[in-house]
Amino acid sequence: MRAPRPAHPPRTPSPGLRRARPGAAGHTALRMPAAGRGRAEPGLPRQRESRAPRRLPAHPAAPPAAARPAALALVILLSFASRFHRLAEPPHVCWDETHFGKMGSYYINRTFFFDVHPPLGKMLIGLAGYLSGYDGTFPFQKPGDRYEQHNYVGMRGFCAFLGSCLVPLAYLTVLELSKSLPAALLTAFILIFDTGCITLSQYILLDPILMFFLMGAVLSMVKCNSCADRPFSASWWFWMSLTGVNLAGAMGVKFVGLFVVLLVGLNTMYDLWDLLGNLSLSLVMFGKHLLARVLCLILLPLALYTAMFAVHFTVLNKSGPGDGFFSSAFQSQLIGNNLHNISVPEHVAYGSVVTMKNLRMAGGYLHSHWHLYPEGIGARQQQVTAYLHKDLNNLWIIKKHDSDTADPSDPSIPVEFVRHGDIIRLEHKETSRNLHSHQHEAPLTRKHFQVTAYGINGTGDSNDFWRIEVVGRQAGKLIRVLRGQVRLTHVATGCMLGSSGKILPKWGWEQLEVTCTPYLKETPNSLWNFEDHINPKLPNISLDVLKPSFAEILLESHMVMIQGNTALKPKDNEVTSKPWHWPINYQGLRFSGVNETDYRVYLLGNPVIWWLNLVTIGLYLLITVSAAVALKRGVQLTSELKDLSRVVLRGGGQIMLGWLLHYLPFFMMGRVLYFHHYFPAMLFSSMLTGITWDTLLKFCAMFLSPSATARKVYGAGFLALVLLIIYSFYLFHPLSYGIIGPMASDPSSPMAGLRWMDSWEF
Amino acid sequence: MARLGQTFDRMLGFLKEPVVVTVEINMNVMVLTLMGLISRLWGLSYPRAVVFDEVYYGQFVSLYMKRIFFVDDSGPPFGHMLLALGGYLGGFDGNFLWNRIGAEYSMNVPVWSLRLLPALAGALCVPLAYQILVELQFSHCAALGAALLILLENSLITQSRFMLLESVLIFFILLAVLSYLKFYNLKKHSSFSGSWWFWLLLTGVACSCAVGVKYMGLFTYILLLTTAGLHFWHVIGDQNLSNVSLMCHFLARGLALIIIPVAMYVSFFYVHLTLLYRSGPHDQIMTSAFQASLEGGLARITQGQPLEVAYGSQVTLRNVLGKPMQCWLHSHTNTYPIRYENGRGSSHQQQVTCYPFKDVNNWWIVKDPGMQQLVVSNPPRPVRHGHIVQLVHGITTRYLNTHDVAAPLSPHSQEVSCYIDYNISMPAQNLWRVEIVNRESDTDVWKTILSEVRFVHVNTSAVLKLSGASLPEWGYRQLEVVGEKLSKGYHQSMVWNVEEHRYGKSLEQKEREVELHSPTQMDISKNLSFMAKFTELQWKILTLKNEDTEHKYSSSALDWITMDTNIAYWLHPTSSAQIHLLGNVVTWASANVAALIYTCLSLWYLIRRRRKIYDIPEDAWQLWVSAGGICLGGWAVNYLPFFGMEKTLFLYHYLPALTFQILLIPIVLQHISDHLCRSVLLKSMFTALIVAWFSSVYFVYCTFSPVTYGEPSLSVTELKDLRWKDSWNILIRKQ
Repeated sequence: MRAPRPAHPPRTPSPGLRRARPGAAGHTALRMPAAGRGRAEPGLPRQRESRAPRRLPAHPAAPPAAARPAALALVILLSFASRFHRLAEPPHVCWDETHFGKMGSYYINRTFFFDVHPPLGKMLIGLAGYLSGYDGTFPFQKPGDRYEQHNYVGMRGFCAFLGSCLVPLAYLTVLELSKSLPAALLTAFILIFDTGCITLSQYILLDPILMFFLMGAVLSMVKCNSCADRPFSASWWFWMSLTGVNLAGAMGVKFVGLFVVLLVGLNTMYDLWDLLGNLSLSLVMFGKHLLARVLCLILLPLALYTAMFAVHFTVLNKSGPGDGFFSSAFQSQLIGNNLHNISVPEHVAYGSVVTMKNLRMAGGYLHSHWHLYPEGIGARQQQVTAYLHKDLNNLWIIKKHDSDTADPSDPSIPVEFVRHGDIIRLEHKETSRNLHSHQHEAPLTRKHFQVTAYGINGTGDSNDFWRIEVVGRQAGKLIRVLRGQVRLTHVATGCMLGSSGKILPKWGWEQLEVTCTPYLKETPNSLWNFEDHINPKLPNISLDVLKPSFAEILLESHMVMIQGNTALKPKDNEVTSKPWHWPINYQGLRFSGVNETDYRVYLLGNPVIWWLNLVTIGLYLLITVSAAVALKRGVQLTSELKDLSRVVLRGGGQIMLGWLLHYLPFFMMGRVLYFHHYFPAMLFSSMLTGITWDTLLKFCAMFLSPSATARKVYGAGFLALVLLIIYSFYLFHPLSYGIIGPMASDPSSPMAGLRWMDSWEF
Repeated sequence: MARLGQTFDRMLGFLKEPVVVTVEINMNVMVLTLMGLISRLWGLSYPRAVVFDEVYYGQFVSLYMKRIFFVDDSGPPFGHMLLALGGYLGGFDGNFLWNRIGAEYSMNVPVWSLRLLPALAGALCVPLAYQILVELQFSHCAALGAALLILLENSLITQSRFMLLESVLIFFILLAVLSYLKFYNLKKHSSFSGSWWFWLLLTGVACSCAVGVKYMGLFTYILLLTTAGLHFWHVIGDQNLSNVSLMCHFLARGLALIIIPVAMYVSFFYVHLTLLYRSGPHDQIMTSAFQASLEGGLARITQGQPLEVAYGSQVTLRNVLGKPMQCWLHSHTNTYPIRYENGRGSSHQQQVTCYPFKDVNNWWIVKDPGMQQLVVSNPPRPVRHGHIVQLVHGITTRYLNTHDVAAPLSPHSQEVSCYIDYNISMPAQNLWRVEIVNRESDTDVWKTILSEVRFVHVNTSAVLKLSGASLPEWGYRQLEVVGEKLSKGYHQSMVWNVEEHRYGKSLEQKEREVELHSPTQMDISKNLSFMAKFTELQWKILTLKNEDTEHKYSSSALDWITMDTNIAYWLHPTSSAQIHLLGNVVTWASANVAALIYTCLSLWYLIRRRRKIYDIPEDAWQLWVSAGGICLGGWAVNYLPFFGMEKTLFLYHYLPALTFQILLIPIVLQHISDHLCRSVLLKSMFTALIVAWFSSVYFVYCTFSPVTYGEPSLSVTELKDLRWKDSWNILIRKQ
């Protein structure tokens, strides 16, 4: 993988070798300015307006057709070599492998867990691990843990495989858009020799999987656009449905996939608008076009996406760490959960120990702990929150409001059931304080009242009294566990116990706020059900909890994921990565190792490539604006220039849109952001670089009209870029393949003198 | 060259002609203005009490009157200045305690003149609406309708009649739109004429005023910039225009629509900072340098301090971040507890914290590690970037130290202490390298107040940082200071600056203690440039977060469309007279319907046009599109962004959007009557319908006018009858 010279500097154009398509003839040479002018103009004026431009494979320096497979083979070879080189190093858990490797193990062990991303990526990792003989026993506890005998290379290999496929996908996309082999090669070299892309592809992470589907979607969209002149042909259908499949894949790995869905959506709308303006197309045909797109780009992805979740819930059928995030009904589906085939006393009685779950999706259990509300936030009493995990602090004892029903184990006292409309007291089991509310404002929802735990050893005051009611029941009826939807009304103020779903700050351990709402609206926020129920004096009865439908599960899991994503807020005073850092390669991420003696891997883009990309974006905008203005001013362009501007405006425009869609939304996100979020946008940026520089070099060459010089200029420019990229990779490759030895500040380090920015940490 | 000269001749051509004023009076406009004035100005000083947000803006007016500096994170200062201008004209001395809504104004408050400017702005919106519709090429009848709808909109009336900023904002927004339309409608041959320049410049000025009143104005500004961009794109396509004159067009637009607004915006701050030169309640938000530039406050202390920090200097070190509160590096004789609550151990050395109050324990002495003395030599040896120093705590004479022990609350960072030698093989590590963050060269001298400094520990390269956590009881709830090992780039929590400073003179500790207690007094004063002050103030306004975010009358953006919410502005202390922000229900509903009809019709036309079926004539279509672009676009840009905002929202935030939406009603009505009512019968029926509908608008206006104007006082049943929606909060006294 050392010196890959640019395989094919543009050779003498050979017009005859191109596939003869209408309008393409005789339009391939750099020095034939007049050759193609006026082509297609006499014939179909309407056609030309909308569709003809795509059909022109116009390209001044087309290499011989045989070059393409060879180039592709070279790209694939280099790409795989660079990604699989030293794949097994370092043999310990790196960075987020601790999450995604663990989740892969969960799939192999079939234990249920919760994550903020949709399941496809982790399922594929699990599958790869399973196929490669990993047994799911490694705990993936923290970064730096050694793998020892566990087989982790299979999972890394799978990610590296998808990461390697990115390069040919990008290559083919650019080739399709620009019809220029050098542009495609340039893009491929940029991606092959970018240290960031290599590092990100070598570990058990979701990003290579996401980017694979994303690039797959872009390539099939572009291919499908090229098939537009033969709609409903086999290849048209193939590429369109492949777009749909890839969209589902991208969405199924991370919600960031939404951006590529947006890109394809915009492209499709533009396409349909184009078709609508084509009067030679009957409305029936247009309807067919519309239907085909609805089918392939909406229904198919949706079906696949749903299927993914179906597989996810079928595979994960054992109780695990994610149970508490879900409703009681959902949990009863999981083998090993305390609610599975549950057998508890059916009706709640005084003296019962219970947990109460909020009916809001991702609502949490009523919870309290020894910590007090901080000064200035309501009364300084013990906090009451809603907590998503199962915990001893979620246990409450139901007591009569007036008498202290002594401990339930005393057999002499007869069991007395709680009835609808009773006034009760809830005592927190661990701290022996009563659930309490008063007219202080709640910590976050200022219009509500604060809920605290109050009193000592179960003795409080009259603000501890709550009226318990069941939805849709009459007075005097018993209250059932799990199925009864319970409302707790504060007797003194008349407010209802509820959870606002807002996340408390640090002092509240980032649990959810519990308030007493004076607005008596019947929402799931203020409804609760009893989940665990312990009462030794009552017989346990097996209960079949209402089985939730698949649609309910799907909706619920999405609500939980959204809640989880918004909860990922940066902490106070924490230094976080900002979106503007990313394109300038301001700061990387430590994948492994900190100290001099460690095997260090640092995720950082190849700065030469990244800064080239950055400059190119500016350059591209300049070129676009000048080209657009020139066209608008009616400047008479030669046909070569017209073709160049078409590639830049249309092909480059699509890519630019992709970059914007994958980058700008991050500026508006409130959640914690990391450097690796930029990589999808970086793919687009690299493709844009390929297209722009190719165009620019051609443009320069065109000015030096004697053909020999022109070709030389073009070739030299291309070669210089490629050599620059390869040399910079030679300099920075230790970032990906591991640095051992002193830090860069030490002259004996392999990275000595390469720490060009103070913010880089190697 | 000759062509260039010609174009410039044309650009400046208006100078050659005599200035001729031809007066043409449109009685419609006069009458509308008059009605607007009556509706907005009538009984303006009633109620003579603080109404709703007057309590908020009033305090700023008072501060302007007293020339005391403040920071308001709700927006730029131009709006506040306008309100203060009212107070100034009315001779207000600023002596009023703005503490609660409903408080009676004392005699010295010129209520009428304080409320005059917003009311005038509100009144002028009526003729502006008329003119905008005329400029959009709609009939005078439609224009009249638009103006009357604005006139009879209860919520706009309420909002205009008090010392609030929305009506001013709406006025500038409408003015900007109108002047842009005037500019655009000028015939092509009148390019670069006097009126061309006038309207173009007025657009820019009005935009910057709108942005200067509230940042919401930015939305309309962006809309107008986009429109101007689109229109200019057509100008580019005009091939009769030479490249040079195209360039001139471009430059003229750039000057008027970008450069002048930016310059004006900055000038608002210039006036603001010139007016407010005294220190006041918000000082501590700003950096020491800024505070030192204000009269009184910190300037009193820092005046005459030596500028350059030298070895032997006695300093207080303030953390630059200022969050959760401003604080100074501090130490006291208490030590870290041997074991923390969670069982981890500490070094048991003297605590170092960040303390939010001025205290003698905040004083540190900068010492040269190579010398013993703690006084400044003569001449003083200044400390420069990269120098290594020791920091000696003035009162306890212990050295600032950090070592590989986990900090009390942030276990990933190092503990920072003042070193006590327990003879337990834990050596002192008290050397710190001074790094000036905002240096210009690597040999910069460490300057009082101006230099922002990082202290990098020499042994461990940890950086002295304020973690922001507050220590438990044993640390007196002061803020934790740690050594950050993984210092990721620049963060203000790691940067410190010298605030108080003097050259130490006492050789003995006893003397030194006395010296530390005495106030600093010496030479030189420093001034901050205007641009530095402007950037700092601007940055603070944008980043300051108000913690108190819930309000009884706050609402969500979705409630506004259907007006599911209202705001009670004022209630008479004894009777049940009250003022609410409550819109004209019929107008709001019609505006929504109009927006809906407009969208559907446009989509329909658009799709049909794509199939080459032309339902309406081309010029009518152009009018329809441009009118919709302005009105529906104005509604969208002023409304939709609120869905992404995390701040507390109120119904009055919707009023600019509503104004645009109201303008859409007559547009849609005229379009229906002109193009969809094809027979005469249909047309007259439609006209009758409009008349009926308009009377209902008037009827609703009359019905709600008691809660718009606050009089007359209504009985309980009347009030209950007014509660047309259950979600409205109309105040009814318990008998």
